[in-house]
Amino acid sequence: MANITERIKTLCPSATVEGYNIPVVTVDDDHWHALAKALHDDPELAYTYLVTIVGMDWTDSLGAIYYMMNTDADRILGVKVLAKGTREQPLITSAADIWKVATLYEREVYDFYGIIFLNNPDMRRLFLNIDWVGYPLRKDYDANPDINPVSIESERQSDFTKVYSRSADGTVNCTEERIFQPEDFVVNIGPQHPATHGVLRFRTCVDGETVKKIDVYMGYIHRGIEKLCETLTYPQTLHFMDRMDYFSAHNYHHALCMLYEKAAGIEISRRAQVIRVMMDELSRIASHCLFIGTYCMDLGATTMLFYTLRVREQILDIMEKTCGARMTFNYDCIGGVMADLDENFVADVKALLETIPANIKEYNTLFTGNVIAKNRLTDVGVLSREDAIAYGVTGPSGRASGWACDMRKLQPYSIYPELDFEEIVATEGDSMARFQCRVREIEESAKILWQLVDNIPEGEYCVKVPKVLKLPAGSWFQVTEGCRGAFGLYLESDGTTKPYRLKIAPPCLPQAGVVDHITRGFKIADLITIGGSLDYIVPDMDR
Amino acid sequence: MPYGEWKDNEYIEKLVQELRDSGTNVVVGSLDKLINWGRSNSVWPLTFATSCCGIEFVSLGAARFDMARFGWEVARSSPRQADFMMVAGTIVHRMVPVFRRLYDQLAEPKYVIACGSCAISGGPFRKSYHVAKGIEDIVPVDVFVPGCPPRPEAMIYGIMQLSRKMKVERFFGGVNRQEKLKDFLAAHPVEGVED
Amino acid sequence: MQALFLDTTGVHTLLTETLNLQPWLAVTIECLLVGVGLLLVYSVLALIYIYYERKICAAFQCRLGPNRVGPWGLLQSIADMFKMLIKEIIHLQHIDRFLFALAPYLVIIASMLAFAVLPWGDGLQIIDFNIGIFFLIAVSSIGVLGILLAGWSSNNKFTLIGSLRSGAQMVSYELSIGLTVLTMVCLAGSMSVSDICAEQSDLWFIFKGHVPALIAFVIYMIAGTAETNRGPFDLPEAESELTAGYHTEYSGIHFGFFYLAEYLNLFVVSGVASLLFLGGWQPLHFPGWDTFNGIMDYCPGTVWFLAKCFALSFVIIWFKWTYPRLRIDQLLSLEWKYLLPINLFNLVLMVIVIVYGLHF
Repeated sequence: MANITERIKTLCPSATVEGYNIPVVTVDDDHWHALAKALHDDPELAYTYLVTIVGMDWTDSLGAIYYMMNTDADRILGVKVLAKGTREQPLITSAADIWKVATLYEREVYDFYGIIFLNNPDMRRLFLNIDWVGYPLRKDYDANPDINPVSIESERQSDFTKVYSRSADGTVNCTEERIFQPEDFVVNIGPQHPATHGVLRFRTCVDGETVKKIDVYMGYIHRGIEKLCETLTYPQTLHFMDRMDYFSAHNYHHALCMLYEKAAGIEISRRAQVIRVMMDELSRIASHCLFIGTYCMDLGATTMLFYTLRVREQILDIMEKTCGARMTFNYDCIGGVMADLDENFVADVKALLETIPANIKEYNTLFTGNVIAKNRLTDVGVLSREDAIAYGVTGPSGRASGWACDMRKLQPYSIYPELDFEEIVATEGDSMARFQCRVREIEESAKILWQLVDNIPEGEYCVKVPKVLKLPAGSWFQVTEGCRGAFGLYLESDGTTKPYRLKIAPPCLPQAGVVDHITRGFKIADLITIGGSLDYIVPDMDR
Repeated sequence: MPYGEWKDNEYIEKLVQELRDSGTNVVVGSLDKLINWGRSNSVWPLTFATSCCGIEFVSLGAARFDMARFGWEVARSSPRQADFMMVAGTIVHRMVPVFRRLYDQLAEPKYVIACGSCAISGGPFRKSYHVAKGIEDIVPVDVFVPGCPPRPEAMIYGIMQLSRKMKVERFFGGVNRQEKLKDFLAAHPVEGVED
Repeated sequence: MQALFLDTTGVHTLLTETLNLQPWLAVTIECLLVGVGLLLVYSVLALIYIYYERKICAAFQCRLGPNRVGPWGLLQSIADMFKMLIKEIIHLQHIDRFLFALAPYLVIIASMLAFAVLPWGDGLQIIDFNIGIFFLIAVSSIGVLGILLAGWSSNNKFTLIGSLRSGAQMVSYELSIGLTVLTMVCLAGSMSVSDICAEQSDLWFIFKGHVPALIAFVIYMIAGTAETNRGPFDLPEAESELTAGYHTEYSGIHFGFFYLAEYLNLFVVSGVASLLFLGGWQPLHFPGWDTFNGIMDYCPGTVWFLAKCFALSFVIIWFKWTYPRLRIDQLLSLEWKYLLPINLFNLVLMVIVIVYGLHF
């Protein structure tokens, strides 16, 4: 770690390094772009994967923290960039030319904080309406409903995007660029459309049946969870994790609890850890099963959905017995889990695990081995390893492109280091590989569960934590593995009972950002294939 | 299903009473009955889901809960062909115009079920800057199904209540829902659209 | 079998002699009667088919299917029909109103005309003339016109894409249907539906024509599925891609027409398949097996015909609920690169079989 700090010092002498669990380098905007380039290109540093950009408002100044990761090792680095200019027009130089996914992340920061990124090719709002007044995550945002009323009039739409750049004399210019040409045939797919897996909207420019360009619109289920978290106490923020990626409810809960425990210095019992990991893996099986089902349904094989839901229902039964709910469990809590396991838990899990190999065999016979499915999936939507990293596509989708990005292996947490499981990596990068990666991950999750199901240690399921939890001032960042990829969490605490800033970096946002890149040149029907194989959950990307 | 088991909804019982009190012509009455029988037994949903509740709606179609038993499985993707809209999930500011347009596109007679606490009141996201506080201000709602998300059994119960509501409606004469709807639309106008 | 034979001469005598009507008037009344009968049978059959598919689909998906409305859910599709009849028909602005209204009627008329040709029993058939099978192919292609008009006149991009897909698909697969029909007509030596049935009185064509007939049968089933726009060839209305495809903008009974026609086309396709390959209304006969043939004759022809149709429809429904959907380019290459050459080869094979008398 020390030599990296030194290297950064030599690259940028003005930078300061500090940090709690992750080193954070602070630079000003003038040195930022050169440093970013060096961090990305230097073969020794090679921070090629941008995890997220955390927009920040420290009331006196605005800024952004770029969290980046080395793809081969397990190093994470944060770079805090302070914005230049006034509060009305804060400026940061864009890193969109270095990490492709930064285009999308910077739009998000612009949307929430009004920070303008110079040279970003697409500086529009991401989640909010084009006419939205104010930047909601700023601390001085006026939430008066009269300013931004609920309107039933169709939102204004523009075919233009803005690009800000700094001219030689230091003034900032804004140029407008067209997204679609006037002669383009643009088909609007979504937000209410059976194939977008929720309320995502694609404006698709087509030539006959061939897709020429896609412009993704999000925010149709943007619920402002990050802002809401700032008004709630730490335990109260937990339940939002169930409602983002509702298939990874346990995994997200686990992640946030772990972050709070790390910050508060709480050590949880081994029993709680085992229970959490088991629930994570059960969720993963349920999630991937539903993926297989809905994906096949998108491709027209409706019957598969019912076969996969059978397994999911079985898992939901297990969870319901222990957690008392079918979907929004709210089971993990700070210090452990809410309640002890149901008495039949072990027997139920074993019964489930025994049915899984037969079910997977059935899925493969019905769908994977089908010649139509093969033709529809093979070589469709190929994502290369470099692009997967540049666009930040993690999870099974990234692993299908040959990028070993399983955070359970790269950033070992909880009891995962002790477990024996294989990281599923394919090299093809097409829709078929993405599909099969998920099918094989079900088997790996089952393997983990077999290791744990007979070895649940005795002990308390929840340690005592103070009723009113205060976290020490500081900032923490952590990346864990949800069902759909790397789930980043950034917490900044000012020492009170409420988080000063809780940034959620969901895995689905970059997956939506890559759709345009991998769909071009394919058919409209392939858009469904590709979108489905990426398996994004819209409430997760919108938060 | 025996009628006695279903007398648990005061609102519908009131409707039934009104209907009985006002009395009606034999021919028109039996025609009404026939039409209502058809309508209430053929309730086709629009595939509309924004978040978590939508997944429970998928479970509702699956083998365990099997809404096909009641004939609700013909989920239409086109609003023109659907009978009711199960508002499953949060409706946010940006979605409101889209949602309202979908409602306007539904062909009469159309019904709305607000499913889950988000659709009823904004639920856990009520205090958010970007969430509509319940869909009642946007469209008229026929049935509310509470829960976060409601269990599939609750959804079945909700749709059954809707079906009951259809049974006590009048196609000929009386104050029909279309007139009620006119009042609603007059109170919630859409600019540039003449109803 | 004779019991089910509908003797229309009786009606004719009644009209012309007992009521003393003019011949032209009598013919008009007869036509009307037949038309009303046709409509009735058509709609009842469509309702049965809707129920049939929903039950089969449920069985494939380990569900129960409709079982609450009426005994075993039998009245489900009737309830649906009542609902559909009184559902609002939405009038859109900025559309070609005339074509928009015309399209569903074209679709339903096409399927009804094709339906009229099917032989339900010995002589139990509405139109029987010497080019019956040719007429059937001709009228069934009117349907595509309706779909194209529906997609075009709705002024909606989804419907337009759906209808263009449909146009490409129907035109391509009609070729296959035409060629398989031609293959079988070669074997039958006639285009008249009743003659084709009569030819199969000793042995069904699928046995008589052995290899080429079997190839033709498989191709016909594939092309027939494509002609009815059903999965895995349901691209024109691919739900997950184009919401509801060409009929996205239709509501009420206009949508009902598309819905009915979809199911009736399924019946027509299975009916033609049973006519060409499985002997139409002819019972299962094998030359020389007199006792067996005698037993088979106890079952009336109409029952045979319906049973064959339902069995073949079952296969087509089975396709739909098993296979994923094809992509448009794969769909077209399947037709033009595989089915068409095989079909042409098969036609030659059939001619060789006939010329050298290699058939049974």
